Amino acid sequence: MHDSLRALRFSVAVCLTPVKQVIEKEFRILKIPVFGGRCSVKYIEIKIKDGEISRKEKQPDLQPGEVIFCSAYPVLKCEGPQRGVYGTLCCTNFKITFISEESLSEETAPPLSNKLLGENDIALSCVDQIYGVHDEKKKLIIGGQVRNKYPPKLLIYCKDFRVFQFGLSYAKEEEAKKIFQGIVHHSLEPKSLKCAFAFSYCEKVLYPEATVMFESKDNWKLEVNRTRSSCKIAHVNENYVVSERLPQYFAVPFAVSDEDIRKFKGQGVPLWCWSHSNGSALFKMSALPNVQDDGTAQVYRMFVDRMTNAVCQNQMYPVKIQDFSSGFLPLSDLQQSYNKFKQFFLIDNTAEFWLSDVKWFSSIENTGWLEKIRECLNKATEIVLSLEENSCVLMIEEDCSDLCCLFSSLVQVMLDPHYRTTSGFQSLIQKEWVVGGHSFLDRCNHLYQKEKESQSPLFLLFLECVWQLLQQHAPAFQFSETYLTVVSDSVHIPLFSTFLFNSQHQRDTATKLEYPDSQRHSLMIPSVWDWSLQFDWKVQALFTNPLYVEKPKQDKALRKPYRPKHQRQFSLPNSSSKPSPRKSFFKEETDNLKKMLSGMRIGKWINATEMQLSATKQFYESWQRKPLDYHGLILPCLDGPAIKIWLQRYLRWIPEAQIFGGGSVLTMKKVSDLAAEIEDLKNEMEKMAHDMHAGNTTKLFFSSFHAPTRLSSSFPFASLRTWSMRPFIPTSIVQSLGSVSNLAEKEDEDTEGVVVF
Amino acid sequence: MPENPVLSWHLLPISELRQDDPHLSSHTSEQLASSLAYLVEDKKDRRQPSMGALGNRTLPKREPLPSKDSLAESKITGNGILLRKYRLVKERSILTNYELFDVLFGEQSEAARFADSRVSSSTSRSDRSFHLRSNTCKSPELRDSAFVLDVPLGVISRIEKAGGALSRGDVSYVLVCKDIRNLKFAHKQDTQGRTSVFETVMRLAFPVSHNLQVFAYEYGQIYPENGWKVYDPSAEYKRMGLPNESWRMTRINEHYELCDTYPAMLLVPANVPDEDLKRVATFRAKNRIPVLSWIHPESQATVVRCSQPMVGANGKRSKDDEKYLQAIMDANAQSHKLFIFDARPSVNAVANKTKGGGFESEDTYQNAELVFLDIHNIHVMRESLRKLKEVVYPNIEESHWLSNLESTHWLEHIKLILAGALRIADKVESGKTSVVIHCSDGWDRTAQLTSLAMLMLDGHYRTVRGFQVLIEKEWLTFGHRFQMRIGHGDKNHSDADRSPVFLQFIDCVWQLTRQFPAAFEFNEFFLITILDHLYSCLFGTFLCNSEQQRIKEGLQKKTISLWSYINSHLEEFLNPLYVNYSHHVLYPIVSMRHLELWVGYYIRWNPRMRLQEPIHHCYKELLLKRAELKKKVEELQRELISRSASSSSERAASPTRSVTPVQTFV
Repeated sequence: MHDSLRALRFSVAVCLTPVKQVIEKEFRILKIPVFGGRCSVKYIEIKIKDGEISRKEKQPDLQPGEVIFCSAYPVLKCEGPQRGVYGTLCCTNFKITFISEESLSEETAPPLSNKLLGENDIALSCVDQIYGVHDEKKKLIIGGQVRNKYPPKLLIYCKDFRVFQFGLSYAKEEEAKKIFQGIVHHSLEPKSLKCAFAFSYCEKVLYPEATVMFESKDNWKLEVNRTRSSCKIAHVNENYVVSERLPQYFAVPFAVSDEDIRKFKGQGVPLWCWSHSNGSALFKMSALPNVQDDGTAQVYRMFVDRMTNAVCQNQMYPVKIQDFSSGFLPLSDLQQSYNKFKQFFLIDNTAEFWLSDVKWFSSIENTGWLEKIRECLNKATEIVLSLEENSCVLMIEEDCSDLCCLFSSLVQVMLDPHYRTTSGFQSLIQKEWVVGGHSFLDRCNHLYQKEKESQSPLFLLFLECVWQLLQQHAPAFQFSETYLTVVSDSVHIPLFSTFLFNSQHQRDTATKLEYPDSQRHSLMIPSVWDWSLQFDWKVQALFTNPLYVEKPKQDKALRKPYRPKHQRQFSLPNSSSKPSPRKSFFKEETDNLKKMLSGMRIGKWINATEMQLSATKQFYESWQRKPLDYHGLILPCLDGPAIKIWLQRYLRWIPEAQIFGGGSVLTMKKVSDLAAEIEDLKNEMEKMAHDMHAGNTTKLFFSSFHAPTRLSSSFPFASLRTWSMRPFIPTSIVQSLGSVSNLAEKEDEDTEGVVVF
Repeated sequence: MPENPVLSWHLLPISELRQDDPHLSSHTSEQLASSLAYLVEDKKDRRQPSMGALGNRTLPKREPLPSKDSLAESKITGNGILLRKYRLVKERSILTNYELFDVLFGEQSEAARFADSRVSSSTSRSDRSFHLRSNTCKSPELRDSAFVLDVPLGVISRIEKAGGALSRGDVSYVLVCKDIRNLKFAHKQDTQGRTSVFETVMRLAFPVSHNLQVFAYEYGQIYPENGWKVYDPSAEYKRMGLPNESWRMTRINEHYELCDTYPAMLLVPANVPDEDLKRVATFRAKNRIPVLSWIHPESQATVVRCSQPMVGANGKRSKDDEKYLQAIMDANAQSHKLFIFDARPSVNAVANKTKGGGFESEDTYQNAELVFLDIHNIHVMRESLRKLKEVVYPNIEESHWLSNLESTHWLEHIKLILAGALRIADKVESGKTSVVIHCSDGWDRTAQLTSLAMLMLDGHYRTVRGFQVLIEKEWLTFGHRFQMRIGHGDKNHSDADRSPVFLQFIDCVWQLTRQFPAAFEFNEFFLITILDHLYSCLFGTFLCNSEQQRIKEGLQKKTISLWSYINSHLEEFLNPLYVNYSHHVLYPIVSMRHLELWVGYYIRWNPRMRLQEPIHHCYKELLLKRAELKKKVEELQRELISRSASSSSERAASPTRSVTPVQTFV
């Protein structure tokens, strides 16, 4: 066992060397490398003889740089009760793949076809849990504890909520054993960063143009100018000489000197996130360590005071400090909560589906995941409120790369319409998460490290929050729900530099080539934002939200030039003090709110319960009273029923939950059809107005995809199952109600009198 | 300013009313202000009789809600409450202009009150109504402040007096409403006034208990459409291809002699003579024999409804009944089986035996299979709704929302009903088998099941008119006892016969529209309007318990049908996303994962839960945009043609591409 593992590790190393290409070429012709024996790579020739069992083992589609580790045939893939297809199960350095004997017809192929990963492909780091099934009994398989035996049936739960069942009992024992061990080894055991497929992938990499990557000084300059911030760009960390956690370039308040940044290796320095049009701004800061020594503490305190002063530009703005280092939303809680939550959507049989339906709402509540989303949105609203009230906000966290990323990006989505466009949103993720130094590698646990404490679904939480905003204010977003789902899936494809590293520094060192040639100094790893790697342009059309209301073209003068405001508005203003003419979106409203609040207190208008109506709720209500502007501030409603489950992401693969010919996708289809039509008409007009035949630049939404009856709530993910058009009748619902009360036994409907016969 | 000595109402800031009753004190000024604020009406339609809206219309544009300062204002300027025969109206600011209130035809002000130190006005008494006249000039600003409350008196379930809680001796009332809200008012202690205000409200809200008629009899608005003509039984059966060789129409119940809760026209198997029907009737509760509700256009499988068989504790049999069910099965050549769906939990069905009822035994009914659908009785449902109201009104507890919702069991009941209808639809569609559905009396759960199954099976019922027909047919003519279940104008609020059976049905329909957003011709507002007028007593549609009673009362002559109003304002009720794929059977997913609480109905009084901008508004805007563009394109085309005509010799017919033909849905 041990030997073979070592061999496997070795083999991975082999793949990284230039030999790889040779292997690949060879294998593509006739050979499949299988790892076994001692430190060697064996090649097994596949003999295709006429007489032999029609071993029409089909070759998987391989990416450049991808090699097959092991395979087994015939393997039965179970699809629903009493149905399955035979085929080959392979494990490569990128994915687990099943090649069906039945060729997929166009009809059943899912509309959202991924070029990297097909319907039956599971990226190695996308595997969530593997179960072995013996006699209908599930047993969780733990990496490193696999014996020589293998289960007759393999159950693979994926992080994107697909569930696969593979029957291994038909394959040759040797093959079955190998594939089982191979899959477990490659997906459930710790590995090194260089094993990530990104390092083996060899394809030319293009950087998407529309997305601002925030890797250069110019990117930051543009952003600072766009928001009319007074911050400056720091470049003391070029080549990471000051800190490995910080990016090479970032923005800091004007008063912060290079010396200040060097002093504690960037700790204690406010890093600029975003500036409000009213002059207030959002900053984040990694906390200075707690020390016992009074002297050092004093030094720290003075330093932080000075930095805080730099933030508020010498008292020009009040500063509100949001300290996340004190255990607000602990990361381990998040992980726990999500672990419980996701389990309700990883369902492999109908009985289980209906069983979990019984106490559905309380089960979901007990996971606490929705509550976490609410807390986040609430906190973000709180920060937005502060910014709207002209205060600067300084977020402090140990490393300022977890909750700081989350809230900073969430606040910007709510406040800045630019970040609600697709390219803006991608730039935001670059700015706050990727360059901002979120530890994707540890938080997503791509390498399956044993110590899982660092794991936490923070980025997913961010996407969840954005989804809540999207479903409440659809016309404000340029991208669709499908886009968000695809982004959340892409996190688990170990090919993109975006979600693979803990920091920019780690990325730059890991991709540095040992033997740089004249052309390249470092390995180019693609960015996820190059969507063409994964999807056709046709499929990418599904990422556009047909409800999006584009900003009407208007005078540029709308955004007023920056003029600092000297009047402090910290305490509740007197009714006599006129608000300054320069208002933020909701200055007036919040003033009113305060007036009302103070009035209420004085006039004893309010009783104790009312006071508990939180500030964020009142803020929401006052915002709600204003006419809605999709290109201004948007706020989430946080009341119980408003926070929903992201059904598309969580239910898309569960056949029992698939509504045939229904689901919100129908609405979207209708709207996008109409939008496309309008686009056509506009083109038509353009053409006639200029009396010429311009090229047809029709924006294609998902208009011509399918007839409404062929759509389902799982669109565009799961395909329609043709084998079962009969409805799913719920079972096990009776016990949920039990005897509700003695009312149930009460005489039925007839209370008038006894029927006489 | 002279105040009306008799009927003087002051709206006090409710927060000053500290009730002793903890349940009552949960309604704080905040909530009341919110619920009032929520009721801002669309001003455009002020001239129109706005009873369709009842103030709850989904606003096409986000109108700014009045700020909460309105409460403060109310303290200073006083607020008007106007009690009319049909409804209670409250105006937010100074009651200045009588015309501000649109008076419904036939509606008179019963009591009016205003207390305003700035406006001089006078009241005059004419008949038993008060009219208000104002001589003052009003600022346009005040004029714009629209109604904030408009409650039909019919929705009031009970009135609780909560007086004496304040040291000042003010008296307050809580109006507990059937539409999931409570309203609270207060007036100054004034012994004389208090009594009469209270009594007036009691009298107007519960006319039946005071030997008066509900307002529907006085309402005389003329509509271009006559809703009473919507449902014609023979036309509806004809649409289904009936009568045919297997099913005949019988007039045995023409004078409601066979069964007084059934319609006059019934469809029965062709080979069963009327004499046999009478014998079957003796074996079915309330004489409600099995009759056809729907027939599958291809397979001839039928949906048949009835009441429970009178089996009794001794297991009585009826050869006639057995033969009759056999005849129903035989009418469908495709299947040699018959499914009997008993809507009740089996325990209840068994318990009914002691009272003479029961269920069909599979031993005595050959080839029949009996299935219990486990839907609970009216009392359980009533209790569930009561709990639901507690959970959603006036406050929602955020962090325990889901478990609180679960504890009401409301959605579980919805799920059971939908699951039952789904099983029926599946048997008829996929199994090509005829089904017989009953509960105890066959007018509550049975109506829910047949109408929902028919909605899933037949696209016609998913149109506006088809849905009206469905309600008329399966609910009204087949004797769902609306009067008893709703308690129109009856002060006996704790009546055990009341139950939200019809509300559940509409809720189920809403769930279907959620899952199939393009399959229904009507929108959410249509469903809400139906529910509002289920209680309002403005229209005659939901009055009385059976067809026989309605005819006896002469409702068609004396009252207006709700469908008259709806069909005259059709535009408001249409779903712009509707695609007519009528032959498509809808199989909803009846899992909690896809069932949702109907926020737009149950939580509509909570201002924070207001829908931002429903998609169909966006859609309508896009439609307008398209129309506009089309016009422009056409103009340009014409221009081009004229231009090219003038210079036709030079250019050979420039190919101006025609606009792509476009389907329109509105």
